[in-house]
Amino acid sequence: MSTTRRRFIGFAGASAAVAAFGGCASLSTHPPAGGRVVVIGGGYGGASAATRLRQLAPQIEVVLIEREPAFVSCALSNRILAGTMAIDELTVGYGGLAANGVRVVRGEVTAIDADARAVRLAGGSVLRYDRLIVAAGIDFMYETIPSMAADPGQAMQVVPHAWKAGAQTLLLRRQLEAMPDGGVFAIHIPPTPYRCPPAPYERVSQVAWYLRNNKPKSKIVVLDSNDAIVAKAGLFTAAWKKWYPGMIDYRPKSLLVDVDLRTLTAITEFEKVRADVLNVLPPMRAGRIAAQAGLVTTNARWCDVNYLTLESVKVKNVHVLGDSTFAAPGMAKSGHMANQHAKVCASAIADLMQDRMPFASPMMINTCYSFITDREAVRVSHVHRYDADKRTMMLIPGGVGLSAEPTALEGTYAVRWAQNIFASMLG
Amino acid sequence: MQRTNRRGGPFQQALAANALVLAVATTGVHAQDMNTARHLAQTCTNCHGTNGLSVGGMPSIAGQDREYLARQMRDFRDGKRPATVMHQLAKGFTDPEIDALAAWFAAQKSPARR
Ligand SMILES: Cc1cc2nc3c(=O)[nH]c(=O)nc-3n(C[C@H](O)[C@H](O)[C@H](O)COP(=O)(O)OP(=O)(O)OC[C@H]3O[C@@H](n4cnc5c(N)ncnc54)[C@H](O)[C@@H]3O)c2cc1C
Ligand code: HEC
Repeated sequence: MSTTRRRFIGFAGASAAVAAFGGCASLSTHPPAGGRVVVIGGGYGGASAATRLRQLAPQIEVVLIEREPAFVSCALSNRILAGTMAIDELTVGYGGLAANGVRVVRGEVTAIDADARAVRLAGGSVLRYDRLIVAAGIDFMYETIPSMAADPGQAMQVVPHAWKAGAQTLLLRRQLEAMPDGGVFAIHIPPTPYRCPPAPYERVSQVAWYLRNNKPKSKIVVLDSNDAIVAKAGLFTAAWKKWYPGMIDYRPKSLLVDVDLRTLTAITEFEKVRADVLNVLPPMRAGRIAAQAGLVTTNARWCDVNYLTLESVKVKNVHVLGDSTFAAPGMAKSGHMANQHAKVCASAIADLMQDRMPFASPMMINTCYSFITDREAVRVSHVHRYDADKRTMMLIPGGVGLSAEPTALEGTYAVRWAQNIFASMLG
Repeated sequence: MQRTNRRGGPFQQALAANALVLAVATTGVHAQDMNTARHLAQTCTNCHGTNGLSVGGMPSIAGQDREYLARQMRDFRDGKRPATVMHQLAKGFTDPEIDALAAWFAAQKSPARR
């Protein structure tokens, strides 16, 4: 903490004048009488929390700070690779949040001073908070891939991750379009835990859909650093056999050691795989700002929280939610789960700021749909309940549900799921 | 609601149901059940829409009949109504929780009443 404080000499005297979305009145440095909650990140977690807090406690000022101009959903973004969805369909502006009374600020939080209860934005302005929500998602550990470590920003233009939806997704799509028939698409899957356990296998399915229909002589090599398919293994294995026979070469225990950016070669402990399009998902950790603020508790990567409030176990008045958290047993890092974190967190903050006890037995539901073809999808769902003895969220007995097989009906529900969660979090 | 649930026979059930309806109409009575329901309902609303009012595709459950909603949840749970996902999710909730959730969603504004 002391280093943090030292870095902030002069912080106390700084003045704000932060312009909120739509050019409305600027925000003062100090919270208004009803109190202020600052939210860092307008993704699945942060947007859901801001919206819910406005519904539960309209007297509290909610300021959401997001570096990007609009929300772009990772969920369903693998369909962009298949060519069955456009990025516009997954992009939602922040106007709805503003209309619901959230003060949306476009900007980057560069530092948190938990002692002063203040955040600093790039550009130097300072906002004080009563409570802070850090929903900064994940960052990539490019330092583990030597050839990409020096300049990740440049290297990912050659070997994209496409694990934050947007320009990266479109880049990977263009690379696939430019790939010759008979080429090799190789993907590397990092060790768990990473963002959205089934999504890499959905990506393989969606790229296979595109290649089968457009470049049928092509091959897919899956270099999975895990011992086996991490989620919905039986469903994916059967689906690949049925729809994409002979196309997908799945190789478990393939931990990436480095890549050769010039030849697009993935180097694992055991082999070198040359590709025409190489997609590397690096190991992941909590969004950078979480580490800066001293919120990281576990394996130098994740932030442990009290699951009744999502408050950090380390830093008071700071709540962490979504992918940045150290997950409870059996808990996925998903958009749906980030939304559930957000709702428990917003309820608890509304209570705490009105001197009430937070609800003592919350539940959380998760679902992740994965598209196999252009229409058929499979699903996994989880039901978690707070366990007062273990002091964490636990899967209830029989709390994991799976589709019996890929169906077009679940494909339809996957899209409707997105429409409803977008509306409920972004207005 | 033919089946007797874990909360007792039809008479007790009717009493409990009355109490919940009262809790909606007035304040204070069984406020605790409704408070629990409000928290648990947050596990449903990202699929079924804010307060159960779907923006499309997913069934709207806001403002539907309380008895109907509770029966659907039990039928999903007991495998009597086929479903893509609800048969698995409904297993996570106790009978009193199902009744409280049904009362809470029944008390939300439906599109017709909007
Ligand atoms: C290909 C793919 C498919 C997926 N499919 C599904 C699915 O079907 N269902 C599902 O539920 N989940 C899915 N997910 C997972 C889901 O996208 C994530 O779990 C979810 O985005 C996590 O939410 P979050 O709020 O923690 O992070 P994010 O949604 O990433 O939000 C974090 C936000 O914080 C902002 N930010 C970070 N730091 C700062 C800062 N210092 N200052 C300002 N802003 C900052 C970022 O710009 C970002 O907008 C998928 C993910 C991928 C990659
Ligand atoms: C993952 C999304 C999802 C979540 C979360 C979810 N539902 Fe559902 N619900 C559905 C779908 C899809 C259906 C249609 C039946 C099916 O295929 O499962 C449905 C149907 C229903 C119905 C029947 C509606 C009617 O008109 O007959 C009820 C009642 C219901 N859900 C209640 C709930 C409750 C209560 C919760 C929270 C505890 C909940 N649902 C959580 C997706 C969801």
